[in-house]
Amino acid sequence: MSNPMPPSEPAVALKDLRVAFGKVQVVDGVDLTVERGQALALIGESGSGKSVTLRAILRLFPEGRSRIEGKILAAGKDVQALTKRQLADFRGGDVSMIFQEPLLAFDPVYTVGQQITEAIHRHEKISKGDARKRALALFERVRIPSPERRLDNYPHEMSGGMRQRAMIALALSCHPQVLLADEPTTALDATVQIQVLLLLRELQRDLGLSIVIVTHDLGAAVEVADRIAVMYAGKIVETGTAHQVVLNPHHPYTIGLLRSRAEGALAKGSRLQTIPGSPPDLANRPPGCPFAPRCFLAEERCRREMPPVGDIAPGHQVACWRTEEAAAAYRAGPTPVRAAELVPA
Amino acid sequence: MSVIPDAPDPFAHDRGGPAQPLLSVSGLIKHFPVRKTGGKKQVVRAVDGIDFDVLKGETLGIVGESGCGKSTTAKLLMGLIARDSGHMLYDGQAIGERAMPWRSYRRQVQMVFQDSYASLNPRMTVEQSIAFGPKVNGVPGREAVERARALLARVGLEPKRFAGRYPHEISGGQRQRVNIARSLALEPRLVLLDEAVSALDKSVEAQVLNLLLDLKAEFGLTYIFISHDLNVVRFISDRVMVMYLGRVSEIGPSDTVLDAPAHPYTEALLASMPSLDPDNRTQAALLQGDPPNPIDPPTGCRFHPRCALAEGVCAEKEPPLDAIRPLHRVACLARQPGSGHSAAPGEALAA
Amino acid sequence: MTAPITAASIALDGGVLAAEDAAPEAAFIPSRGFWGHVGHRLVRDPVAVSAGALILLVVIVAILSPWITPMDPYKGSMLRRLRHVGDATYWLGSDELGRDMISRLMLGARLSLFIGVTPVLIAFVIGSAIGILAGYVGGWTNTILMRTIDVFFAFPSVLLAIALSGALGAGIFNSIVSLTCVFVPQIARVAESVTTGIRRRDYIDAAKLSGASALTIMRVQVLGNVVGPIFVYATSLISVSMILASGLSFLGLGVRPPEPEWGLMLNTLRTAIYVNPVVAALPGVCIFIVSIAFNLFSDGLRSAMEIRQ
Repeated sequence: MSNPMPPSEPAVALKDLRVAFGKVQVVDGVDLTVERGQALALIGESGSGKSVTLRAILRLFPEGRSRIEGKILAAGKDVQALTKRQLADFRGGDVSMIFQEPLLAFDPVYTVGQQITEAIHRHEKISKGDARKRALALFERVRIPSPERRLDNYPHEMSGGMRQRAMIALALSCHPQVLLADEPTTALDATVQIQVLLLLRELQRDLGLSIVIVTHDLGAAVEVADRIAVMYAGKIVETGTAHQVVLNPHHPYTIGLLRSRAEGALAKGSRLQTIPGSPPDLANRPPGCPFAPRCFLAEERCRREMPPVGDIAPGHQVACWRTEEAAAAYRAGPTPVRAAELVPA
Repeated sequence: MSVIPDAPDPFAHDRGGPAQPLLSVSGLIKHFPVRKTGGKKQVVRAVDGIDFDVLKGETLGIVGESGCGKSTTAKLLMGLIARDSGHMLYDGQAIGERAMPWRSYRRQVQMVFQDSYASLNPRMTVEQSIAFGPKVNGVPGREAVERARALLARVGLEPKRFAGRYPHEISGGQRQRVNIARSLALEPRLVLLDEAVSALDKSVEAQVLNLLLDLKAEFGLTYIFISHDLNVVRFISDRVMVMYLGRVSEIGPSDTVLDAPAHPYTEALLASMPSLDPDNRTQAALLQGDPPNPIDPPTGCRFHPRCALAEGVCAEKEPPLDAIRPLHRVACLARQPGSGHSAAPGEALAA
Repeated sequence: MTAPITAASIALDGGVLAAEDAAPEAAFIPSRGFWGHVGHRLVRDPVAVSAGALILLVVIVAILSPWITPMDPYKGSMLRRLRHVGDATYWLGSDELGRDMISRLMLGARLSLFIGVTPVLIAFVIGSAIGILAGYVGGWTNTILMRTIDVFFAFPSVLLAIALSGALGAGIFNSIVSLTCVFVPQIARVAESVTTGIRRRDYIDAAKLSGASALTIMRVQVLGNVVGPIFVYATSLISVSMILASGLSFLGLGVRPPEPEWGLMLNTLRTAIYVNPVVAALPGVCIFIVSIAFNLFSDGLRSAMEIRQ
């Protein structure tokens, strides 16, 4: 059970976070803020550093092999400054995480109920009966049918969607304030995925949970998140509300992502607009903007200098030298979602 | 590209004309026994009687969730596992018989797998992997390697840079391009793509989809495209087939099926796609629960326990896959005239 | 890093392919081939390199021994028997018949190595063939082959070696045969399990789809992937083989005197253990050193072969 934070403090605040494994700089200066009760989606492709950013919040990397710099504040605590003991309380009690593959998160030789009650006992001193009652209540909250019976199921006896719900129940068992989700629905079927996304939204609303969800699926991000941050090569290139990022993007990468989706609006037989090239080699970063080699608007300055983060509108930040041209190009071309009304500055 | 100098292949060229389906499947069944300690013997009815045709030059999309049988169908079509019963005809010719042994069939039909890394031999270079098929079929070594290099170039990988690489040295998208090149090495007419782009990043997926379209046009290929992503299926397919619990629930032109689905399950699938419009987010999931296990399918229509339109008759009668419009077939009693369902249309429609 | 965008690198879909665009987690590794990779990592492993050097040294000595022994290994002198180590004439002492230990040990290396390595080599070929066939084909073939192999596992290897040797009679050739029979089941089992592990992989399915015969697939696709782990296991058996061979000679079932062979030398020096324990132990020390070297080398080989994903 965590002490509630003062209401004005953000749930998660990352300041200039840098993570390196050996010579490779995987996260290169990330600034992120998630307000209390808010849901933020971190979008990016493989190699963008989004999962690493998430895991850094819980300090999940072995000390020797990783180098973490910058400030990480979560649930009102400075994560870097926690002792081992405090960190163990912090994980699960203040900030919790769910993963892509529930089978890997659960121990196969214990029932799900046992694992949840064990987690509860780790953080609180309550009786076995009370712990089980709480686990039951959690199962009902995450809408697992026949919860009483399911508590005594082993992980492999449950279907994928139910396992994911059980994992959410496990993550919420000690009343954390922040829930981190690393690609929670990527491995699920479509009909199950939408249920889980709606569940996350419901939990955010009912429990006042702050959520950070990492995903490569723009649709999942829009369904869950109030704000979206787009990552590329370890940097955040665009942040804003879901409305701002999806309907009025100002970064060429975001535009490329939106356009390369095979939405129904495209005429059959036409070709998809692609982002040429492939993600960069993080071990050999070019000096300027990491997206420059693939950018349809790149000019000399982009290859030389990293663009600073600028404000397009309140709450809408973009790291690009040519945001105006980007937005104009987006409006001029196909707009996959719908034509955006001009957002007043 | 040169023709394989092996025995002349009577199936390399069109036989029956455009009206004859390239691949015709009827009554395909595959059950897997499940070993249960004690208790009665159970079977997983992975594929439980499916019929469909693949027309020449089209792309047929197959969609469905876990347990629907699409992966098993892919393996059956390729002959990686033996079917329990049913007929498969390639350009009018029964597969596996003397006139068309499996080896001959395999020159005509090839497959691209989902896992780009697992489908390449980690100990063989990219070039060797692609050249393996032709070599095994009688193409002399040097020519096979040349063909492999030409294919690499054709899929967008510069041969000088990529021919000697090993699978772990290249990225996922590049590996999938190699897989595509390999599938074309034997000059097939039909290529089965089993979730071939599902594991790729969206931007890479777009590149590979464009590549597939180009190759199809250039080589006159026919595709079967298995996927769980409805947007991609809609973009690339001419017709789409929806599978549920080992049976076909709906099949028709992709625009029709995906714009105006006739089967409640297809409707639910479409409704489950996350919305991209932040002001119009999905408010409720149409279907609750998980896709069921094909071990003990429900009686009658397999979808009836989860269907909003279900009535008593749905639990008794298994709906046949009948045409409700020309080229559009649905297995739903509520759409078939005279089925006994209260919502069924009045008169029979012209097939 | 990105190469300049040249005409050659523009793909047909209008996109531009980045040049060295390996997956971000893996830096660009120059293409070296699998065994080249293994070699590259092996030479950076000090333990494996030392062990390998030692083995090489022993092999060279063994090969050259007829010409480089300081004295005649067969010529004895009852007056000069069981001299101690550090003696003026016999630097490592002399054995119970007055023969020079250094010369005997050097020449003995030949036979010991020969009897140690040959059975493993032959068993590697035969065992791999059986195991790969059983592993790839599966089903009844697998059951029949592997359960037959299991029968041999019922016997402890030492007992099996002794029993076979006893039945066949003494002599180098018979020892090799009996040791081969001991190792074939072990290697076959490892081969079968490794092959079964990759049988279901997609690339084997893809190979089947090209119309290749089972034999071709086993030769081209499977072999390259399984021979590595089997080979590592086999090299770890060499030390066992040497010790077993020495044991057979010790029991009089292997090499016959006056041929020098380390195990046999241990046997004949047994009676002198109270008089000159150091010299009596010397052949044992040699067996120990060479066995350890093979073991360490095979360990290093296994580490070098772990392909990172």
